[in-house]
Amino acid sequence: MSDADKQKEIDRVSGVETTGHEWDGLKELNNPAPRWWLWVFLLCCIWAVGYWVVYPAWPTLSGHTGGKFGWTQYSQLKSSQAEITGRRIAYLDKMNGLALADIKKSQDLYEFARAGGAVAFKENCAACHGTGAQGNAVRGYPNLNDDDWLWGGDLDAIYKTIRVGVNSGHDDQRGTQMPSFGRDGLLTSSQISDVAKYVAELHKGDAAAITEAHTRGAKVFAENCAACHGPSGEGSTEMGAPRLNDQIWLWGGDEKSIHNTVANAHLGVMPMWEHRLDDDTVKMLAIYVHSLGGGK
Amino acid sequence: MLDENITFFEKQKRIYPRAVEGRYRRLKWAAIALLLGIYYATPWLRWHRGENLPDQAVLIDMPARRAYFFGIEIWPDEVYFITGILVLAAIGLFFATSLLGRVWCGYACPQTVWTDLFVWVEEKIQGDRNARIRLDQQGLTFGRIWKKTLTHALWIVIGLCTGGAWVFYFNDAPTLLDHIRHLDVPWSVGSWILGLTASTYLMAGYAREQVCKYMCPYARFQSAMFDRDTLIIGYDPGRGEPRGKHKKGTSWEGHGHCIDCTQCVAVCPVGIDIRNGLQMECIACGLCVDACNDIMDKVDLPRGLIRYDTQRNYDARKGGNTNKSRLRIWRPRTFYYMAVLSLVSGLMIYGLIARPRMELHASQNRNPLFVKLSDGSIRNNYLVKIFNKTHETRHFALKVRGLDTKEVSVQSAIPLDLANLEVTGGIVAQYRVMITAEKQAEPRRRIEISAREVGGKLQDAATTIFVSGDEQ
Repeated sequence: MSDADKQKEIDRVSGVETTGHEWDGLKELNNPAPRWWLWVFLLCCIWAVGYWVVYPAWPTLSGHTGGKFGWTQYSQLKSSQAEITGRRIAYLDKMNGLALADIKKSQDLYEFARAGGAVAFKENCAACHGTGAQGNAVRGYPNLNDDDWLWGGDLDAIYKTIRVGVNSGHDDQRGTQMPSFGRDGLLTSSQISDVAKYVAELHKGDAAAITEAHTRGAKVFAENCAACHGPSGEGSTEMGAPRLNDQIWLWGGDEKSIHNTVANAHLGVMPMWEHRLDDDTVKMLAIYVHSLGGGK
Repeated sequence: MLDENITFFEKQKRIYPRAVEGRYRRLKWAAIALLLGIYYATPWLRWHRGENLPDQAVLIDMPARRAYFFGIEIWPDEVYFITGILVLAAIGLFFATSLLGRVWCGYACPQTVWTDLFVWVEEKIQGDRNARIRLDQQGLTFGRIWKKTLTHALWIVIGLCTGGAWVFYFNDAPTLLDHIRHLDVPWSVGSWILGLTASTYLMAGYAREQVCKYMCPYARFQSAMFDRDTLIIGYDPGRGEPRGKHKKGTSWEGHGHCIDCTQCVAVCPVGIDIRNGLQMECIACGLCVDACNDIMDKVDLPRGLIRYDTQRNYDARKGGNTNKSRLRIWRPRTFYYMAVLSLVSGLMIYGLIARPRMELHASQNRNPLFVKLSDGSIRNNYLVKIFNKTHETRHFALKVRGLDTKEVSVQSAIPLDLANLEVTGGIVAQYRVMITAEKQAEPRRRIEISAREVGGKLQDAATTIFVSGDEQ
């Protein structure tokens, strides 16, 4: 280009130099960006290269580049977890070896145990008992929020139940022995119907209508059931015999369901947690379950 | 083919503003002294709040989640006050801009204040405009090296003070100063000091007017608040043109009053010629007014060839109108801004006065929604929070209304009395409250949980539900 071509052209309206480029009569104005902006842009590019060096970045055939300092999300997670564990150890040390009743004496320790128990519950117990510990009426997993306890609802009883389980095979297990009255031919079908009717109305107490079936059922109950479930159906937490004169039913409280229970028996199973969870966790679980509202 | 004469990136032209004296320069010094004074002194003001409470008048206590502003204490759930302050700041800026033009840019913006300070340091060490231009054209002479070194060292010191003062707003100032003196500060504090030192040094030392031209969003949209009655800095072309050199003692006939001395350009911190009319770059600092008035005095002409005035008045002059300049303050625009300002500040003052010193929040436990008990009654669990925003321990009695309850209890390691719950000052106390009642006819019943201070006036209530069955 000759110098004559380089003559600057100024746009009449804006007073800005044009680039000389023209499209259908429209001319491009030349408003150059500041040069420091270019430097900042290039600096950012170099900064980005720094990331490749410092952090895991490029995929390779056998994985990816590792980064100069070995940083990974896993190591970050681990260090965060270690930090939390460190904070928890202060409480766990205090809790170690303390009886449940003593843990309850310190509000701080109790709240820590309850929070820890809530987490452990969701990891270990919620699969059967539900995330809210509401149980499952179809499968016979007890609701842990209510005030009805098969094996006792005080802290120590709950602690033992979690530790040894129910029909779990533990030496010290909580075992149930309800016979299958129908299947094993211990009672006739009509006797079972009578006792089912009687049991279904037990919670009404004296208000229950005295019919012939009711009277027959009462006799069957006294002879076959009262030994474990108590003369008035009050149950026994010693034997894990459910209370029958209330309105909480694990396997259904209508006559048909009760008929089925008497005839075939339900022997619930809960695993022992003694060897799966450490003692602190079992204690925390006991405190959490006890705090749900039904604790005695 | 790319033309060789096109520059895609323009080198920043170094601006050497000449020092000037005058009314607006004095005003700028006053503004700088006041604003920097407020900035540096505020963290050192003390305000007694009581035992175990910070006695710093203005303090943002991040770890404790509290902000203190003299007698006002802000909790995290009250951040809407910050929203209010931001709205006020924005509308305040709009209002000031529509009246006085870019007065914020010229006098109050931190970028302007610190740049002014840096230029002052530069001038004191390296001399005025011409001396600085000459200095930069020298090679690596001894004089240039020590002057430049000293300038940059002082800039860094100012930067350190800037960052150093900032961190005092977030910590107890005397305690932190002691730590800083022993270089014993946490990483967070150190990085703030160093970061702000670097940004002050870069922005006020190097970037200067580039910040206003390319980075600042306000600079670009403030023109939207302008109208023909906004005060702007302008050159009166009707009086000044045709410009040209003028020999002393000769007639002004045929001459404009502008003698083309370019002093207005020499003093301009953003490097523009105000005689080209209102420009985006102009931060309305008024230094060209001072410079021009000085010259007008010397040539025995009235001041105000360059002045603060409205576009309407400039145009009137051009049309030959010689009436006195008129300022219209009450325009629809200023009226609207005033209205919004009063509304928002009114709301905020009302909010500050009416905000409760105690709050109760209640949430019903949804997992499980309800529990059936042995006797057939229904229990619902709630998480009840009592905020005690006073600084003293208070006692509250919890009550349930709208439900015939059989039992209301609170689950806790240590037995608590619902009629007398102790809540320490400045604490949010949480309670696991259990309400038992007969099964209700409606699956969800509206109930109210309330707390009233025992032997006091504080009280609050929250509505929630009592669920007694699955909805059909």
